[in-house]
Amino acid sequence: MATLTLENVAQTYNPGEDPDRWALKPLELTLESGRTYALVGPSGCGKTTLLNILSGLVTPSHGRVTFDGVDVTSTPTRLRNIAQVFQFPVIYRSMTVRDNLAFPLECRGWPRSRIEERVRAVAEALGLADGLDVPASRLSADEKQLISLGRGLVRDDVAAVLMDEPLTVIDPQLKLSLRRKIRQLSDEFAPTVIYVTHDQYEAMTFAQELLVMSEGRLIQRGTPEQLFESPSSTFVGWFVGSPSMNFLRGTLERGAARVGEHLIDLAWSPPVPHGSEVTVGIRPEYIRIVDGGSHPGDASETSVHGRLVAVQDHGESRVCEIQVREQQVAVKVRREVHVPKVGSFVDLGLPRSKCLPYVEGRLATCGD
Amino acid sequence: MSVVAQSLTSWVDGEAHLDDVTLTLEPGRIHTVLGRTGAGKTSLLRVLAGLSDVDSGDVLLDGRSLREVPPWRRETAMVYQQFINYPHLTALENVMFPLRRAKVPAAEAQRRAKEALEQVGLTHLSDRRPGALSGGQQQRVAIARALARRARILLLDEPLVNLDFKLREQLREELRGLFSGVGETVVVYTTTEPAEALMLGDEVIVMHEGRVAQVGSPAVIFETPATTAVARVVNDPPMNVIPGTLQGEHVAVRGLDLLPRASHLAGFADGPYLVGIPAPSLTFGTGPGVLATITFVEISGSETFVHVDLQGTELVVRAEGIHDVSTGDRVSMTVDPSRLFLFTEDGTLAAAPPHGRS
Ligand SMILES: Nc1ncnc2c1ncn2[C@@H]1O[C@H](COP(=O)(O)OP(=O)(O)OP(=O)(O)O)[C@@H](O)[C@H]1O
Ligand SMILES: [Mg+2]
Repeated sequence: MATLTLENVAQTYNPGEDPDRWALKPLELTLESGRTYALVGPSGCGKTTLLNILSGLVTPSHGRVTFDGVDVTSTPTRLRNIAQVFQFPVIYRSMTVRDNLAFPLECRGWPRSRIEERVRAVAEALGLADGLDVPASRLSADEKQLISLGRGLVRDDVAAVLMDEPLTVIDPQLKLSLRRKIRQLSDEFAPTVIYVTHDQYEAMTFAQELLVMSEGRLIQRGTPEQLFESPSSTFVGWFVGSPSMNFLRGTLERGAARVGEHLIDLAWSPPVPHGSEVTVGIRPEYIRIVDGGSHPGDASETSVHGRLVAVQDHGESRVCEIQVREQQVAVKVRREVHVPKVGSFVDLGLPRSKCLPYVEGRLATCGD
Repeated sequence: MSVVAQSLTSWVDGEAHLDDVTLTLEPGRIHTVLGRTGAGKTSLLRVLAGLSDVDSGDVLLDGRSLREVPPWRRETAMVYQQFINYPHLTALENVMFPLRRAKVPAAEAQRRAKEALEQVGLTHLSDRRPGALSGGQQQRVAIARALARRARILLLDEPLVNLDFKLREQLREELRGLFSGVGETVVVYTTTEPAEALMLGDEVIVMHEGRVAQVGSPAVIFETPATTAVARVVNDPPMNVIPGTLQGEHVAVRGLDLLPRASHLAGFADGPYLVGIPAPSLTFGTGPGVLATITFVEISGSETFVHVDLQGTELVVRAEGIHDVSTGDRVSMTVDPSRLFLFTEDGTLAAAPPHGRS
């Protein structure tokens, strides 16, 4: 296992292209040994490009790649000592499950007994221990992908395991159990894993740390909780969580955000002049619909007035769309909470500690 | 003007894909069909479209049997999981294609195609070929093609399943608006996701193992699931269903302490039942409660699903927000007894909590 670094790495597929349009803009990145990372972001943001630079399938047009301090920028894939898992299963149909798992180890000249032991451990973790002698050609598509995953994780001497959308072709019902197995395998064998997916849920379930990308840039890295609680930009607030974070545009006034007649208290005051534009970011689950009975005037909460325009039934929760002046706010409430009729006016409680200040699309720094 | 499915039964290799399915589908309403993979959703749509035969039963349109009517004369349009667009045609041409094949005059076909593209918000991309469109845009072209047909029956088979989640979220909302303008069309929409079925459907049809398990409004399905199978499929994560007994003042559930018997469970005879414990009725923490071990943590959107082992019983807890808990952690569990469901041992609903009924 290795620590991987990208030093000022960038990639353009069209030499001479305007740097603003490069598939990957200059990037500094360190990925620690033994951790699991997920690369997420909208289609075309550069996830596969970044992964391919790590694997050596793409030689970056700029910068240096190192594995444990050794420069591998122009080292071909087969000499990088990495394992890869792709969207579609890569297995030998004519071999048994056992031989498929053993093959990468035989290629590296491992002794028989060690291969035997390792294959058994991986097969057990994958729940395949009983079918080791089955020919791979007889497996279902999902089982084949499971073998590919096993082949990716069977070597414990790799620098890293790189996976590009490994569960995309899997039946939704089976995804959960596969996610669980990949997670267990990586917990048990602790390789360095970099996992590309367009599925936020999968990424958050699987990885210790997420790298959120957009338009060739790394926007934020962090644990799922960090991305959820303090997105560094409005993009991350939108991308992570469902429904997305709300953003209310306003201007800074006495350390708070002026939105029409409301003065919304912020978690902290952004270091910008009075009258500057400031956007309040708050997640739908942190907003309360204040009903007639309860007392609205809590000091830790700003009360905001709006009109309920739509309610969506999600089962356990309801998502209420509330029009505040010309802006829309989504509020997520548990089913047992009373929701007034569509069309009626409601008061919302916005807890101060959950109202994050964004300036020019970025989370403002905390002054003190 | 309705479509009636009458005792549809279809066997394939000794397995019932559809088992005595009877439904009335009304125009102007969205019927969502919710069920796990293999529950018979696609089979049902294919039979309605005339693409598959049945062993017995019939489909009636305005009281007339469609049995002898071939698919191309059924006035049905279908949107598939794997959206299909012709790569060499522009978005507009793709939408016009079936109209032209049905001998709609060119000018009329173009007018209708443009209107449909506008409905799905793609007017500005009408001249693009599929290769130059994102997945979500391509799926909208496929939906526009179905809309332009002005079919009387619009069938959508998990149309969002292969899209990435932010697109899915956005299209789901758009579809709701789109379907509200379909007037005289019967809309049938299949999905495996409970939130999607509840959110889009005027009426939800739950299928399980080829049968219709329950039909009703989203609130009825969610709040009073007729069977344990419905209770599981309509909740995400699925409802925990565990054998237990009613004993005087208490409910005894394996693994959990004796729980107080809430008022909605009064009036039932003591004895064995299946107890439904909704994942959100469970909470975990560090305070008093029964100790459990976390076996897996899943994050779904803005919720954390925590799977635990409670002295040999597997349970799943749903917590709002994203929590930093890990496999192997020991937590104490508590359950809200006022939110328990009660099913008879054969899985039929006996009592549902009154909580939060709409
Ligand atoms: N071989 C290539 N030649 C030219 N352009 C390319 C090539 N591969 C990728 N690109 C472009 O580089 C950008 C990033 O692509 P990349 O495949 O890395 O995105 P991604 O994040 O993996 O997207 P997806 O989620 O759709 O797989 C895109 O604009 C893409 O069109
Ligand atoms: Mg990719």
